[in-house]
Amino acid sequence: MAQPITHEPEVTLELALEHGLTEEEFGWIKEKLGRTPTFTELGVYSVMWSEHCSYKNSIIELKKLPRDGEHLLVEAGEENAGLVDIGDGLGCAFKIESHNHPSAVEPYQGAATGVGGIHRDIFTMGARPIASLNSLRFGSMENPRVRFLLDGVVRGIGDYGNSFGIPVIGGEVYFDESYEGNPLVNAMSIGIVKAGETASAIAKGIGNPVIIVGASTGRDGIHGATFASEEISEESEAKRPSVQVGDPFTEKLLLEASLEALQTGAVVGMQDMGAAGIACSTSEMTAKGEQGMIVDLDKVPAREDGMTAYELLLSESQERMLIVAEKGREQEIIDVYEKWDLHGVVIGEVVDSGRVTYYKNGEIKADMPAEHLVLGGGAPQYVRETKKPAYLEETQNFDIDSLDHPEDHADTIKKLLNSPNVASKRWVHEQYDTTVRTNTVTAPGASNSGVIRIKGTNRGLVAKTDCNGRYVYLNPRRGGQIAVIESARNVVCSGGRPLAITNCLNFGNPYKPEVYWTFKEALGGMGDACRALNTPVTGGNVSFYNENPESAIFPSPIIGMLGLIEDVENHTTTPAIKSEGDVLIYIGADRKGLGATEYLKVIHGKTAGDSPELDIDFEVKLQEALLDAIKGGFITAAHDISDGGLAITLAEMCIFGKMGASVDVAALGGTTHEVLFSEAQSGVVISVSPSDVDRAMTHFAKAGVPAHQLGKAVGSDLKIAGLDSLDVTEMANIHDSVIPNAMDV
Amino acid sequence: MATFGVIVFPGSNCDHDAYHAMKHVLGCETKFLWHKDTDLSGIDFLIVPGGFSYGDYLRSGAIARFSPIMQEVVKFAEKGGPVMGICNGFQILLEAGLIPGAMMHNHQLRFVCKNVFIRCETTDSLFTGSLEKGQVFDIPVSHGEGNYFIDQDGLKSLQDNDQVLFRYSDAKGELTESANFNGSIDHIAGITNTGRNVLGMMPHPERAMEKILGSEDGKPIFESILNSLSVA
Repeated sequence: MAQPITHEPEVTLELALEHGLTEEEFGWIKEKLGRTPTFTELGVYSVMWSEHCSYKNSIIELKKLPRDGEHLLVEAGEENAGLVDIGDGLGCAFKIESHNHPSAVEPYQGAATGVGGIHRDIFTMGARPIASLNSLRFGSMENPRVRFLLDGVVRGIGDYGNSFGIPVIGGEVYFDESYEGNPLVNAMSIGIVKAGETASAIAKGIGNPVIIVGASTGRDGIHGATFASEEISEESEAKRPSVQVGDPFTEKLLLEASLEALQTGAVVGMQDMGAAGIACSTSEMTAKGEQGMIVDLDKVPAREDGMTAYELLLSESQERMLIVAEKGREQEIIDVYEKWDLHGVVIGEVVDSGRVTYYKNGEIKADMPAEHLVLGGGAPQYVRETKKPAYLEETQNFDIDSLDHPEDHADTIKKLLNSPNVASKRWVHEQYDTTVRTNTVTAPGASNSGVIRIKGTNRGLVAKTDCNGRYVYLNPRRGGQIAVIESARNVVCSGGRPLAITNCLNFGNPYKPEVYWTFKEALGGMGDACRALNTPVTGGNVSFYNENPESAIFPSPIIGMLGLIEDVENHTTTPAIKSEGDVLIYIGADRKGLGATEYLKVIHGKTAGDSPELDIDFEVKLQEALLDAIKGGFITAAHDISDGGLAITLAEMCIFGKMGASVDVAALGGTTHEVLFSEAQSGVVISVSPSDVDRAMTHFAKAGVPAHQLGKAVGSDLKIAGLDSLDVTEMANIHDSVIPNAMDV
Repeated sequence: MATFGVIVFPGSNCDHDAYHAMKHVLGCETKFLWHKDTDLSGIDFLIVPGGFSYGDYLRSGAIARFSPIMQEVVKFAEKGGPVMGICNGFQILLEAGLIPGAMMHNHQLRFVCKNVFIRCETTDSLFTGSLEKGQVFDIPVSHGEGNYFIDQDGLKSLQDNDQVLFRYSDAKGELTESANFNGSIDHIAGITNTGRNVLGMMPHPERAMEKILGSEDGKPIFESILNSLSVA
């Protein structure tokens, strides 16, 4: 239980510093207000100007990303989530967000409320969430604390999402020591809304009532946003009360009631309450509408007695929303929420003051211009100092050839399959409902990305989260490019056209020049790739301060790529080999370079070398040619090459297809271990039936994409010329049992 | 043609799945029934769908049995009206006492969502009349509390009265230990009452109705129900 904050100390510079504001920021507030802020006002400024709410150290860089595109229905940052036109009169709202810090101290609730928060961002726009994905990063599984975190995070995501009733269709789990003590929990939600039925997070219309709906307000999560804006330390454990508690049942009611309320036509604006609760939703909606708002905090349904204005404004109690209604029609909205057994209480009204004014016990407790508080208004924006990290010199000059490379490649393949990063994540995704709502065409597991059909149309949506933090660590710019490129390649391998991205930028402390250099470079790389693929950035979230007492995490700009499949029944493509005799063809760039690979990490224990090679223009050509081929109907399977290289791609196609293959990789040139284990970009293995081989070879030749026949599907072993045979059942057992063996002891 | 009713509790989340299966895939007249309603007139077949009714924070189905509509469902069933509870619906029917037994947490103490095989154990019911005994179906499961339990006397009575309609098996219909993934007693996946008009089953046949979703094995089960209703 959180400690009540009942007294109101005198506001001094020391108190402002304790609230996470700088001396300069405190001075600015005093100057613009023309007085010292009250204690309540100080609390509101401090959360609204926290990194989490204000993006003060990232917004200038974020604005350099491409944010326009023909499919976008709202501009990045304008609403709670991005909105993309997917045809048939439908829009798709989608967003990814982090809940790293809460999950580090309280994995179950941290992850659960992360899922709840991201779904609220979607249905506050009027869209019904229909799918979700989770991108998770943990330290080494050898560490019992890591296993505790993984168990708690997976249960938290499962219990919340399963009860809420949204299928998980994809995501990834990745392990590396750099995430020790600071796991990443990024949740993505995708929703559908009819064009013209979207809601906006705006307060306008003088005299319109302001209604709080959903759960009561308690003392949980006060200063959660501020907590998320500092490094995790020994003291973090004491901040466990800053973690909110989730209630998926109330969220489910809130979803159904909110979509029903929007149907009344009496809603002017709607915004969910996440970080900084009432303070954030009231000030952001007011600033967006360029109006003012009066709020009587005595009217807020409170879960605990004696809550002060400070606590009511900053509480991050979950499952609440703020609605501005048309004057005189508030009862229609309240009735809908009451039907669903939820509160709907008028707490204020829109006025023309340009200020947000909060009353408690008849007294004004806080009164400030709304515009002061928000991004794009008074909230500070900084350009931080940058410095290229010294480690890059060493890692990029590392001489991989000097290593003693083992000659038993079949054994190496087994060792890679035994790596938690390569191994099946079945243990994780079987704990998530993946089939509820009967739209899931490809679930997590034997797929390149998640595919759902859209009922009533021929279309499907494809989504993929991706980012190899090791690549970004070893070459931030190229790592940023690859994160986008690879997620797009996965979407294409599933038969979809990439449309747009959302991103969750997980980095260390931005006040460290090396961290900020990496941040800028990685964003630059993402921008390069997004421009080339014509997939604009629709929004997302920045999470800084991902550090533990020893070090920062791998810089991890997680990409959530959304794509569209025009004919979901016929174009959806999976990695599993389908029929004996099907011919396996490699399409793409040369397989060379072992830098930053899973092979180096697993076999040699090294995080070294340069990130995999990438020619963006060639990659775009490859993806276009592959998508055309899939639409042409002659591709029976497709699987991209990523962690573990070509060898693992082939092994997975066999494992998923429960079938062997006989292949020769000599045609690709180079040394065998490099061809098998390089993670060079722009590589895909496809299969076609024997009668379509000529057609496929001609197609890719015309497109300027090199294609090499590797062999065919046959028998029950994967036979790679020059290597010992690998029994597919044995490989499947290794692949499948790594995580269960570590977790269920 | 029979009219189907799908009950909507706060927290139901497979209500739309059941509705879609009956209405759009099979083309049956289908209505949602709000948990505060008490009027079942015109309904020929009731589906109590999956989900987390009232949040299921206490014990699955424990609160839902007290809802206004459940009092009517009990009366409907006692008069011989056909009722099918799927997943949370099965749990609710157990709590309401319409079928015997209880549900425990899966033996691995984790939620499990995957496709499993179930075997038809008897054709002597309006739900399974058109199936074949021993026929195997590939159907999704998705639950945390599906470990069916009943005492030895109760089990014997279920067996003696041929009340077990579905058991977890492997693809070939063998009752292997690994096939019984949640630890249910006697591999039980679905049972009926002594009146043979109420079915509770943990697997979700309504999620296996279309090829694009990976399995159509739920269709024969609902078609069997439709055959029985059209004869009746």
